[in-house]
Amino acid sequence: MNPDSYLYLSAILFSLGALGVLIRRDAIVVFMCIELMLNAANLAFVTFSRMHGRLDGQIFAFFTMVVAAAEVVVGLAIIITVFRTRRSASVDDANLLKY
Amino acid sequence: MNVTTASVQFTGSAQSYLSPTGVEVAFILIGLVVLGSALLVVTVRNLVHAALWLVVCLGGIAGEYLLLGAELVAWVQILIYVGAIVVLLLFGLVLTRAPIGHTDELDVKHRAPAVVVAAGAAGVLVTVVVDAYRKVWLEPRAAVPLGTGAANGAALFKYWVLPFETLSVLLLAALVGAIVISRRGADGDSDEPESVGTD
Repeated sequence: MNPDSYLYLSAILFSLGALGVLIRRDAIVVFMCIELMLNAANLAFVTFSRMHGRLDGQIFAFFTMVVAAAEVVVGLAIIITVFRTRRSASVDDANLLKY
Repeated sequence: MNVTTASVQFTGSAQSYLSPTGVEVAFILIGLVVLGSALLVVTVRNLVHAALWLVVCLGGIAGEYLLLGAELVAWVQILIYVGAIVVLLLFGLVLTRAPIGHTDELDVKHRAPAVVVAAGAAGVLVTVVVDAYRKVWLEPRAAVPLGTGAANGAALFKYWVLPFETLSVLLLAALVGAIVISRRGADGDSDEPESVGTD
């Protein structure tokens, strides 16, 4: 079958994630949408790996997952720290670097 | 760096554009599930429901990996994303006392520009993909022995050892950084603001 279909899915998923980052206000939901975008990129990587008959794309997908895990850990720590000082997890309220 | 012995020959003329194999039917069904649940993650008003729809979406993407023959990636996706990251996000929702239930204050006021930007991004990406990969074909699954644990392990530890080690350092740094950031101003940090009370 044509790999186009997988890449369409990946592109539309990425755009949905971007839409979510733009329209949601809760920082944790913004994180979920970033995960959607990372997954779309991973899907494209795995599709390319299949297309070229090599494993490099899949290895990159693993690396992306590791970076996503690190990002979520640090991001949640930052969100919880912001929540502790501002009593809100909204991205609109996080407008100061130092409180 | 030829990882597998199978080299894929792109044969564009041998197959027809309409071959309703099981893989394609499964791809379409799972793809609809993925897109629908992703849309719900973006739009649903209940934050916990958004996290649970994210589980559906990530599980569907794991199914797509299986269809692509990437078995290890699919199971790692289930383990890391569905098992760990979504649980972490749910903990984050609970710890920040996110409103459980429907709330209208979760979206920004100006939604139309965001929709325009996202539609533009989708249009550009889809156009580029159409232009680039119109004549490329995927080999049948049996022709490409990819994605097993053994093959992935061999590739990872033969050719990607240095990035692997670097990533382990990154994970350690993230671990330490998360602890340092979220530590509750212990033992007299003078720049800590006044205590926000006991919670």
